[in-house]
Amino acid sequence: MRLPIKKTYKLYIGGAFPRSESGRSYEVEGANVALASKKDLRDAVRAAREALPKWAAMTAYNRGQVLYRVAEIMEGRRAQFAELVGGDAEVDEAIDTWVWYAGWADKLAQLLGTSNPVAGPYFNFTVPEPTGVVGVVAPEEPPLAGLIARAAPAIVGGNALVIIASERRPLAAVTLTEVLATSDVPGGVVNVLTGRKGDLAPVLAAHMDVNAIDLHGVEGDRAELERLAADNVKRVVRNGSGHSPYHAAAFLELKTVWHPIGV
Amino acid sequence: MADVERRQDRSPVPSSFDYAPAPESREIVRLDERYGLFIGGEFVEPHSGEFQPSISPATEDPLAEVAYADGEDVALAVSAARDAFENGWSEIAPAERAKYLFRIARILQERSREFAVLESLDGGKPIRESRDVDLPLAAAHFFYYAGWADKLEYAFPNRNPRPLGVAGQVIPWNFPLLMLSWKVAPALASGNTVVLKPAETTPLTALLFCDVLRQAELPPGVVNILTGDGRAGAELVKHPNVDKVAFTGSTEVGKEIQRAVAGTGKKLTLELGGKAANIIFDDAPLDQAVEGIVNGIYFNQGHVCCAGSRLLVQESIYEQVIAKLKRRMGTLRVGDPLDKNTDVGAINSKAQLDRIKELVAAGEEEGAEIFQPPCRLPEKGWWFAPTVFTNVAQSYRIAQEEIFGPVLSVLTFRTPDEAVEKANNTPYGLSAGVWTEKGSRILSMAQQLRAGVIWANTYNRFDPASPFGGYKESGFGREGGLHGLEPYMRFE
Repeated sequence: MRLPIKKTYKLYIGGAFPRSESGRSYEVEGANVALASKKDLRDAVRAAREALPKWAAMTAYNRGQVLYRVAEIMEGRRAQFAELVGGDAEVDEAIDTWVWYAGWADKLAQLLGTSNPVAGPYFNFTVPEPTGVVGVVAPEEPPLAGLIARAAPAIVGGNALVIIASERRPLAAVTLTEVLATSDVPGGVVNVLTGRKGDLAPVLAAHMDVNAIDLHGVEGDRAELERLAADNVKRVVRNGSGHSPYHAAAFLELKTVWHPIGV
Repeated sequence: MADVERRQDRSPVPSSFDYAPAPESREIVRLDERYGLFIGGEFVEPHSGEFQPSISPATEDPLAEVAYADGEDVALAVSAARDAFENGWSEIAPAERAKYLFRIARILQERSREFAVLESLDGGKPIRESRDVDLPLAAAHFFYYAGWADKLEYAFPNRNPRPLGVAGQVIPWNFPLLMLSWKVAPALASGNTVVLKPAETTPLTALLFCDVLRQAELPPGVVNILTGDGRAGAELVKHPNVDKVAFTGSTEVGKEIQRAVAGTGKKLTLELGGKAANIIFDDAPLDQAVEGIVNGIYFNQGHVCCAGSRLLVQESIYEQVIAKLKRRMGTLRVGDPLDKNTDVGAINSKAQLDRIKELVAAGEEEGAEIFQPPCRLPEKGWWFAPTVFTNVAQSYRIAQEEIFGPVLSVLTFRTPDEAVEKANNTPYGLSAGVWTEKGSRILSMAQQLRAGVIWANTYNRFDPASPFGGYKESGFGREGGLHGLEPYMRFE
């Protein structure tokens, strides 16, 4: 009888797969999964901040292509994901949701931007821009589709992400990072930490270099986290369920520019 | 005098570089000897049995034989498109429709070089252009519109957007595959099916595109391709079971089509000719502006509806600009479209070459001054050297009529108002260019120029997200962007 090689489930930070700097792990879903520390989280935020300029400077079309490629690679790993989440239906939903959002990359500006008819000889326009580094606390369930429903709208507008995965079912998230690492997404644009939400979420919520936070996946009281977020006026995003370009809009800033019209 | 300046004084001035041939290989293209019409997902014989060769304009050699469709074939194709629309395509989930279009985009990217070589062979444009402009843009168009297919309710909130049905589309020979993508992508994304007639002289990339459809597993009948001449196009736009007509081509034919569909209730969009003014102000960075002028009229041999075919240059910089322009024209390489060093390729057909020659002769007769850099043109094939006319009056034919060749007419102006008046003095209104460092002047000119596309400090820039189309006799309707979906939809 052949003994299978067991997989090590590590963190995904800056495009690499380090173990937690604390050296700790926890047993879940039949594996030892890295138990991220506060320092790991701070490292992840730094990686996201460093990766951001390059990602935000890519054309929207280019970002859309990269995100579509993620779906191509996910499709190739259907069987692996289906085994982790217990069926094809969730995998289908996850991939299709990702493709749906990828198609928004080069269209958000047309939906959200405006040319504003001000009462004077000025050309005045408003454009959306990425807010920057976005923290996402992923829902516990469903482990793959739930994560993607939160991550895709955050990334499509050009933001860089720091994600705290489902605590009880993290393996799908870690497998997703393997997809991200092999599909043209620049390192650091998405960072995924596994571990105790109770330890990590407050650090994310309080971090002064995170621009926005999605607390959808937090079980229990969010009030304290929202209070911590106020220290640097983080945008606390409360998107509902389902998918919508306005979920992506929640992670974007709006810039208005004036220029005189004349000889 | 400093050492550096002394050295520069004595260094030889390169008069002209001699370029070694840099041919792109044709081997990647595999052509059948003969192609039928693509109807209902397969190639079928034309009803009349008529086939004609498609000729390479650079060598006058035949490339392949293509079928010529007649009224019967049109009826068959429209019926296949209607069938596909009613039995499947309009019921497929929009997200799945999107996936077909994403597949087509990715396959075009994968087969990009094959298509680029074929486009240059069949149409005459330089390989650098088909490789770097036509193909990437064609793929991008499919990718952009793929993303809209399952998001139409956001594009048209509260309007309950639905497809029209069968679209009859007729496209020109100047950007064959790109024009196909501009037509097919939004039509399919919005849930319609298509019967498309490529131009008579450039059918081959459309026929090869049918192989992309096979690889993408697009259901039969969703896209049908009818090769042939103007007769097939006329039958297509007249067919009563076509809900929507889209045409890109000459203003003259556009008017005929508008007459033909009058009273039928068919939705129509037209993208017609142009005589764009490229306006250079005295504060423009001159070297950049000259590159813009050259790109504006010599890109794609001037076979561009939005070409900057009238140069409007401010009097105070006239001598400088003309001198720089003539010098730059002398460095343009006219020759084999498949050579990677070629700047200006072949003229698409003998008929087009004759038209260019006629108008150029008229220009000389009317009194304009002609300049053409010395050019060694190949013996076989159809070629025209880059040409510029100075001393052109507003009333000359070369200032009013679209030449659709590498011929620039130069006029001057003193004030911005005069530039606007001269630029707008044309029945056309497709595009315009403005060169100035002053932002407020760019915006003021953009406000006053009656043209659908205004390029400031650039020229001939295209993007699937950017709506393109004309004012006045340059046509109506927009292609590209959110606005490009509207012509293909029905609303409550």
